[in-house]
Amino acid sequence: MAEFANLVWIVAKIVALVVPLFIAVAYMTYAERRVIGWIQWRKGPNRVGIYGLLQPIADACKLLMKEVVIPQNANRFLFLLAPLFSIIPALAAWAVLPLGDGLVVADIDAGLLYVLAMTSMGVYGVIVAGWASNSKYALIGAMRAGAQVVSYEIAMGFALVGVLMAAGSLNMSEIVHAQQGPFWNWFWLPLLPLFIVYWVSGVAETNRLPFDVAEGESEIVAGFHVEYSGMAFAIFFLAEYANMILIAGLATILFLGGWYSPFHGIGYLGPIFDLVPGTLWFCLKAGFFLFGYFWFRGTFPRYRYDQIMRLGWKVLIPVTVVWLVVESVFILTGFGPWF
Amino acid sequence: MIELLLFYVFAAVLLFAATMVITAKNPVHSALFLVLAFFNSAALWLMAEAEFLGIALVLVYVGAVMVLFLFVVMMLDINLAPMREGFARYLPIGALVGCVMVVEMALVVGSKDVNLIHGGPVTSAAEGVGMSNTKALGSVLYTVYAYPFEIASVVLLVAIVAAIMLTHRRRPGTKQQNIDRQVRVRKEQRLRIVTMAPEKRK
Repeated sequence: MAEFANLVWIVAKIVALVVPLFIAVAYMTYAERRVIGWIQWRKGPNRVGIYGLLQPIADACKLLMKEVVIPQNANRFLFLLAPLFSIIPALAAWAVLPLGDGLVVADIDAGLLYVLAMTSMGVYGVIVAGWASNSKYALIGAMRAGAQVVSYEIAMGFALVGVLMAAGSLNMSEIVHAQQGPFWNWFWLPLLPLFIVYWVSGVAETNRLPFDVAEGESEIVAGFHVEYSGMAFAIFFLAEYANMILIAGLATILFLGGWYSPFHGIGYLGPIFDLVPGTLWFCLKAGFFLFGYFWFRGTFPRYRYDQIMRLGWKVLIPVTVVWLVVESVFILTGFGPWF
Repeated sequence: MIELLLFYVFAAVLLFAATMVITAKNPVHSALFLVLAFFNSAALWLMAEAEFLGIALVLVYVGAVMVLFLFVVMMLDINLAPMREGFARYLPIGALVGCVMVVEMALVVGSKDVNLIHGGPVTSAAEGVGMSNTKALGSVLYTVYAYPFEIASVVLLVAIVAAIMLTHRRRPGTKQQNIDRQVRVRKEQRLRIVTMAPEKRK
């Protein structure tokens, strides 16, 4: 009986996490179109509901009604399985993210490793989709995405090793606790190069502009999901946006002090800003990164494929390796308020 | 109760996937079944409270090695008929290797030190040392097994150097980019402005 009650409690926690997440994903698509519209001096969707606020719901209804066309000679089973391969890891990784003090589905010791393992599995959705579609464009898109994700994972992993060294723990909550204090106590300052590397490779990992060669409309139509329609297509987008929010949330936890307010522990300011709930601070910081995603998309042209590989292997990875050595010196000398 | 049930589910899927790896007709299916097998063995390790090993298995094998495997398999246009031809010829060798593996397994499982039912030396690592699995593994690797660990890293380094040497040999006829030259290029080298009289349409 106790086991059963425990199981119900876990499911309740998962639902409490996933439902707001899906709503956030839906409104991310709206926010993205509005923000990019604003950057490009046009209005964006503003017809459905006030300020176009019902647009994501209208889009979801449209995609639900559409037929899922399965191409001839496609591998039917894998074709339908591929969207699941991309959405399941994208959601599973959320289990260990603390949205506030103690507000986490599973507070496991190896949280950071778990996240890295889950995000590394997301690439199967893309590769399987590209192969199962039996289409040249899809296959090329899948190959590009696979090579890109595997290369940037290394830089990302090294950046996370830096955080692990600074915090001395793999547990997400403890990583945030290690950054307790005002904003200059957070890890972004001592680990600035790793922070930038993490952010760049996070954008590349989610296949977002300027690294979206996997989709590359002008070269390979829509890349790996060119043959998908209706709900199967929508699930790929759900996964992409869930991953974007995940990367933003991770950046907040690892480098920007998670749920702590920027003025935590400063004289009179600290208690005033601590009145704001920690989850709100978390969302605000993550929102900054999400805005960054849109901003990049509105600003930068797409990288050429070989330039992406060059950046990943010859710039980002050496930077992380050098900074890990510098960081060990910091730790040995007990540098600043951080170590 | 639930744990036992989960164990049997994961174990059954693992065995099924492992069988399918060698029996599936399509190589891509084989590779994907191998991924499933890795994933399920990782889940079993997690259940044995070896969370570091389990997650590392997913991270390294599922997340990186198998992706590259799938890459290669997908690019190949494999004709299945010639692959089946040698079946009878290689059967004795295969059977021999299989037999050796079965005997080895039997020796491990049947030995007195391993009690599969009540957990012999393979109790949970966290229980024994009183710290998290990852920490326990790290402290053992860098103290007791420091030399083997370092030697393993040197072996990996040799592999990296070898891989780089294999691809970095001089290959005439390949078109490579010279990034320095691309960056250093000036307008005058690429652009020629021509003045010409405007043409009139007749």
